[in-house]
Amino acid sequence: MDIDLHDVTLSVNGTKYQRRVESRLLLSDFLRHDLSLAGTHVGCEHGVCGACTVLLDGAPVRSCLMLAVQANNHEISTVESLAGKAGEYHPLQQAMHDHHGLQCGYCTPGILMTMTAFLDENHSPNEDEIREALSGNLCRCTGYQNIVDAVMTAAERMRG
Amino acid sequence: MKPAPFKYLAATSLEHALALKAEHGDEAKFLAGGQSLMPAMNFRLARPAVLIDINGIEDLAGIRPAATATRVGALTRYRSLQRDTGFIQAFPLIGEALPHIAHPQIRNRGTLGGNLAHADPASELPAIAVALEARLRVQSATGERWIEASAFFASALTTDLKPDEMLVEIELALPKPRSGACFMEIARRRGDFAIVGVAVTIGLDDADRCSDARLAFCGVGETPVDASAAAETLIGQPLTEQGARKVAASVQAMIDPAGSVHATADYQRHVAGVLTERALRTGYQRARDGH
Amino acid sequence: MSTRNFGEPVKRNEDRKLLTGQALFVDDVELPGMLHAALLRSQVAHARILKIDVAKALQRPGVVAAFVAADLGDYWRPGPLLVPPPPITGIVFHQRTQVPLAREKVRHVGEPLVIVIAASRYIAEDALDDIEVELEPLAAVVDLEKGLAAGSVLVHDDLGSNVSAHVRQTTGSYAAAVTKADHTLKRRFFYEHGISSPIETRGVVAQWDARAGQMTIWDTTQAPVFVRNGLAGMLGLNERQVRVIAPFVGGGFGPKIMMFYPEEVLLPWVSMRLNRPVKWIEDRLEHFFATTQERGQIHDAEMAVSRDGRILGIKDVFLHDGGAYDPYGLTVPLNSQCTLLGPYVVPAYDSTFTQVFTNLPIVTPYRGAGRQHGVFVIERLLDLAAHELQIDPAEIRRRNLIPPDAFPYRNEIIYQDFGALEYDSGDYEPVLDMAMQSIGYAAFRQEQATARLQGRHLGIGLACYVEGTGIGPYEGAKVQVQSNGKVSVATGIGTQGQGHFTVFAQIAADQLGVAVADVDVVTGDTDQFYWGAGTFASRGAVVAGNAVNEASKVVRKKILKLASDLFECAEDDLVIADGKVSIVGIPEKFVALGDLARQANPMRGAVQPGTEPGLEATQYFGPKMGATANGVHAMIIEMDPQTFELKIVRYVVVHDCGTVINPMILAGQIHGGVAQGIGNAFYEKLVFDDQGQLLNASLADYLLPTALEVPRMQLAHTVTTSPLNPLGIKGAGEAGAIPVGPLFAQAIEDALDLKAKGVELREIPLSPSRLFELTRKAKR
Repeated sequence: MDIDLHDVTLSVNGTKYQRRVESRLLLSDFLRHDLSLAGTHVGCEHGVCGACTVLLDGAPVRSCLMLAVQANNHEISTVESLAGKAGEYHPLQQAMHDHHGLQCGYCTPGILMTMTAFLDENHSPNEDEIREALSGNLCRCTGYQNIVDAVMTAAERMRG
Repeated sequence: MKPAPFKYLAATSLEHALALKAEHGDEAKFLAGGQSLMPAMNFRLARPAVLIDINGIEDLAGIRPAATATRVGALTRYRSLQRDTGFIQAFPLIGEALPHIAHPQIRNRGTLGGNLAHADPASELPAIAVALEARLRVQSATGERWIEASAFFASALTTDLKPDEMLVEIELALPKPRSGACFMEIARRRGDFAIVGVAVTIGLDDADRCSDARLAFCGVGETPVDASAAAETLIGQPLTEQGARKVAASVQAMIDPAGSVHATADYQRHVAGVLTERALRTGYQRARDGH
Repeated sequence: MSTRNFGEPVKRNEDRKLLTGQALFVDDVELPGMLHAALLRSQVAHARILKIDVAKALQRPGVVAAFVAADLGDYWRPGPLLVPPPPITGIVFHQRTQVPLAREKVRHVGEPLVIVIAASRYIAEDALDDIEVELEPLAAVVDLEKGLAAGSVLVHDDLGSNVSAHVRQTTGSYAAAVTKADHTLKRRFFYEHGISSPIETRGVVAQWDARAGQMTIWDTTQAPVFVRNGLAGMLGLNERQVRVIAPFVGGGFGPKIMMFYPEEVLLPWVSMRLNRPVKWIEDRLEHFFATTQERGQIHDAEMAVSRDGRILGIKDVFLHDGGAYDPYGLTVPLNSQCTLLGPYVVPAYDSTFTQVFTNLPIVTPYRGAGRQHGVFVIERLLDLAAHELQIDPAEIRRRNLIPPDAFPYRNEIIYQDFGALEYDSGDYEPVLDMAMQSIGYAAFRQEQATARLQGRHLGIGLACYVEGTGIGPYEGAKVQVQSNGKVSVATGIGTQGQGHFTVFAQIAADQLGVAVADVDVVTGDTDQFYWGAGTFASRGAVVAGNAVNEASKVVRKKILKLASDLFECAEDDLVIADGKVSIVGIPEKFVALGDLARQANPMRGAVQPGTEPGLEATQYFGPKMGATANGVHAMIIEMDPQTFELKIVRYVVVHDCGTVINPMILAGQIHGGVAQGIGNAFYEKLVFDDQGQLLNASLADYLLPTALEVPRMQLAHTVTTSPLNPLGIKGAGEAGAIPVGPLFAQAIEDALDLKAKGVELREIPLSPSRLFELTRKAKR
C-alpha cells in the first residue's frame, strides 16, 4: 500500500503549522516529534492514563486517541502554552510548585491541561469535584493529595 | 502501540459518508469520537483498511426536542448531552449515567451514536436505550430504516447494522408524567466499564401504584438485557420491599453473566439483584416525588 | 553554617522544567538519522523455537534490519548475576539469567525473539507481522506447588527441577518455643504484589559515534553507573568510551533498576552495527511483560504465643514466584524473610523459602521489594492470635514491640545487604500511640456502634512495620563552587521524582552558605560522576545525601582555608553566608564565593603541593549497614455489606525515618507509597491463566488507583536518628507501600464482622467480588 499522506493546517499554541502527515500518525506523536513540542507525554496509547491530554478547541482530549490529520483546521493547546512569555507561571503551575504536586513530572502536563480547563469552567470547586475531574489522569508518584490542594489554591488565587 | 496503515477519508456530508461506506463495506469503519475505535486500532485489534471520518458532518450532531420525543443526532458528544439542561431534565436516566462513562476527556469526544454502534456489553448507554425503548434511525446510500433498541444489539460488539449502514439518529420518547428513573452501576473505579449496571424507569398511577416498569441491564450478557418482564409483578400495586426483592430474584434467575477478570459470574448475579432492589426503590421514590 | 535549609519544606529546584514541559525524558531525545526499534515477543509462555524467518520483514520499505539471536554472535550471552546469593549456610541457588534474544526456547510471554530496526516505530511494528515464527508450545509452569511437584514441566531443562533457590534461616529453637507456648496458630497466606507501572515506561536510545569512538546511551535506568560498566565490558569498549545518561525519568519504583534488560543490551550493539542512533520506547502493552514485576508468595506460617499474646516463636515455609530467570538473586524473598520479624521481639524464628522458576516474567524488586509479603504474614498472625486470645489488636502488638533500650537490636539472620539483620535505632511504642491517637482508636468502637445503628459498616485497621533502608555499598558526590558563585553537585545515582535536585541542594547549601536555588545538581550521568550503585532500596537520600554532605564539608574547609589566607585571619573569624565569606562583625570585608573559586584556580602561580585547584571535593559514603526506619499505618473504612464496595474514610501514617531533610518531599513519598499500597491491596491484580497468558494486559483492566480511590492522608513523624551516618537519616521511599495489605484485611474483617462469621482474610489482593466469594463460602 502506498503511504496515505494528507495536508494538515492547524494552530498549536497560537502558531499556525502546515504539514503533510501520514493518516495513521497519532496526534500525540505529531506534537512531540514533528512539532518538537515534547511537553505532551505518552503513557499508554489506549486512552486511560491521561498523560497525553491536550486541549482541542479548548476542551481536554486524549491526543493518543486522535489522528494528527483530524486536527486539521483546529486549535490545539499544549502545556507549553501555559506559562507567560517571560516565563511567568499560570496560577496552577505556581500552585503545583507551592504544594509539591509533582514528583517525577511525567503525568504533570496532562494534569495541567485537564485541570486548567476545569478551573476555567468551575471557579469554586470543592474537593470532590476536583477529584472527579482529576480521575481521568493517572499519577503513580504523588497519591494525588498535593495535586488536589494545588488545584484548590489555584482556584482561590484565580478568583482573586 | 501504533495503528496499522489505512486509507483516511474525511466525509464532507452524510451522503458522501454513506457513498464511501457503500463502496468499501466491511473494509471501512466510521471514525466518530474514536474513544473506542482508536484504542482498538492502537492495539492492532482493529485494522480497518479504510477510515471514514464523520466528525465534519455537522448536522449529524444536535439535540432536537419535539412534542412527544427528542431526536439526538448520532454524532452528539456526551459532553453536549451533559451540558444541555433541558435534555438532562427530560431524560434524567441518561443524566445519571453520564458521569459513569469514562472520564471528562473521553466525554469531550465520545458520541452517543458511536457508543451504541460499538455495542460493548458493559457499556451503559445501550442498556439505557433499551430501558427507554429508544428508536434508532439507520441510513445507507439507498435508504433508511428504524430499528427498535431491543433489536439493534445482536451480540457483543455486534449490531444489526449492515455493512453499508450508519446509525444517524436516536429517538427518545419523553417520559410520561409521574414516572421516575434511576441508573445505578457497580464498577471497580468510577468511569470503568460496569460490572453490572441497571437502568430503571417506573410509572405511577394517581394512587402511587406502578403502572409500568422498565428494567434493563448492562454487563450481564452479550447485549443489554431487557429484564422488564421480571418487573411485571409490580404492576398494579405500590412498590414494597418484598415486591422489589421478588423482582430482584427474578432478575437473578433470568440473567446469565459471563464473569470477567474483575468479578465472578456469581458476584455479578448477586449485585444485579442488589442493584435491582435499590434502583427500584429510588426510581419509585422519584416518581412519587415528581422528578 | 548559615540559614538551615535542612529540615525545611524547601520547594523543588526541578519543578520549572517539569511544569513547563521542558524536561528531557528518554523519548524526547531526537538525533539526526535516528532509527526505531520494535521487538517481536513471544505470545506463548513456554515453547521451543523451531523457526524464525525475517526475510519478508526485510523486504518492507523503511525496514533497515532485523536481528535474531544467531546474528549477535559472541555478543549473545545470558546477563550477569546482579546480586549474588547471600552467605547463608546451606543455601541452594541456581543462576539462570535472561538473554538478549531467545534462542532454542522461550520461557515467558513477552520474551523477545527478534529486534526490528526501521525508519519509524510505526513501520517497525508493521514489520513484526511479516516475521514468520514457528513455536512448539509446551505446558507452562504457573502454579508454584505444581511447578515443584515431581514430573512437572521444567522451565530450565538442564536443572532437573524448577527450584531457583532454597534458603533456610533460623534463630533460637522454634520447637522449644512450641513446647512452652500456651497457644499456637497455623495458617496459609497468599500475597501477590503487582507491576510498578510508572507513567513513563522504559526506553533506551543508543548512539554510537564511530569516529569519536564514543557510545552515548540514554536510558530510563535507576543504575546508570552499573549499566555503563556492564555494557562497556560487553561491547568491548573502555568504560570511558561509554556514557550512560538517565535524564528525567518518569517514575522508577524498582524495576527500572533491573539491569541488562534485553533492550538495554541490544540497542547499543545495533547502533554500532548499523552506525546509526537507535531508539526503543517500551509501549504500555510491552510493560506488562518486558519490565520486571513482583508477584506472589504462598506462606505456611505458624506462631507460638503465650496466653498474654507474646510471641515465643515463628515458623514460616514459603514459596516465592521468581519468574523465568533469577538475575536479581534472592533480594525479594530475603526481604520477605527478614521483614516478617517486624518491630517485634521474636525469640525463635525458623524461616525457609523456595524461589521457584515459572514461565512468567522476571521478578525483581518493586517498591517494598518483598517486605509487603512478610509484613502481611506477621500482622495477620498477630490479628488472628489477638482474636483467639481475646486481646485487642493494638495491644497485642504493643506487648511484642522491641523496647527502646534494646538498640542496636540484632536479629541474627542475614539481610539483603549480606550483613546480619540489625536494627540500628528505633522507638516503636510512641509511633503506635501516635497512630492510635490520630485515627481515634479509643473512641472508634463507639463510633462503629453508632454507625451500625444507621446501617453503616465501619471497620478499623492498624499495622506496624519496619523497613531496612540506606544500605551500601556506597555513593559518591562531587561538589564544586563555580566561578559564577553557584555550586554544582554531581552524584552517580539517578532520579525518578524523589526530589534529589532539591534535597541534595539543601545539604550543600547549608554547608556552603548559598541559596538552595543556586545549587545545581546533576544525577544519573556517568560522564559527570563516575562511581556509584544506584537508586534503590530507599537509599538515595541516606547514602548519596551523606556523600554530598561529606564532599560539601571538605569544600567548606577549603573555602575557609583560602579565605583565611586571603584575609590573613583565623578561620574561626570567618562566616559563610549568602554566597559570601566575610569576617565576623565586619561584613564589608568579604569575598564572593565565585571570586574565591576563581582565585583558587590561578592563571599564574603554582598550586601548593598537597592541595588542589578550585573549590571542589569528591567524597564517598558507604554505610556499615542499613538503617532501620519504621512506621504504623491506621485506617478506617466503610463497607457496603451487600456489594462489598469499600471506601476509605480516614488514613493515618506515623513514620520514623530519622532526621528529615525535606518534610514536604518526605510527605510526597509517603502519599505515593500509600497510593501504590492501596492499589496492591484492593485494585491491582495480574490475572494469569494456567498457560501463563496475562488476561488483563492493559490499564483498562489492570486497575491503578485514581484520585477517587486514594484518600486524603494524615501524616505524622517521630525521629530516632540513625547512628550509622553523620546526618542521622534513614530512607523513606518505600514506607508508604509496605503495610497496606494487612491493614485492608484487618479493617474489612472488622467492618463485616468476618471473624465472628468464621471468615479470615488471608490473601491480597482483595476485591468486592473476591470478598463475596470468600464470605459465601463461610455461610455454607
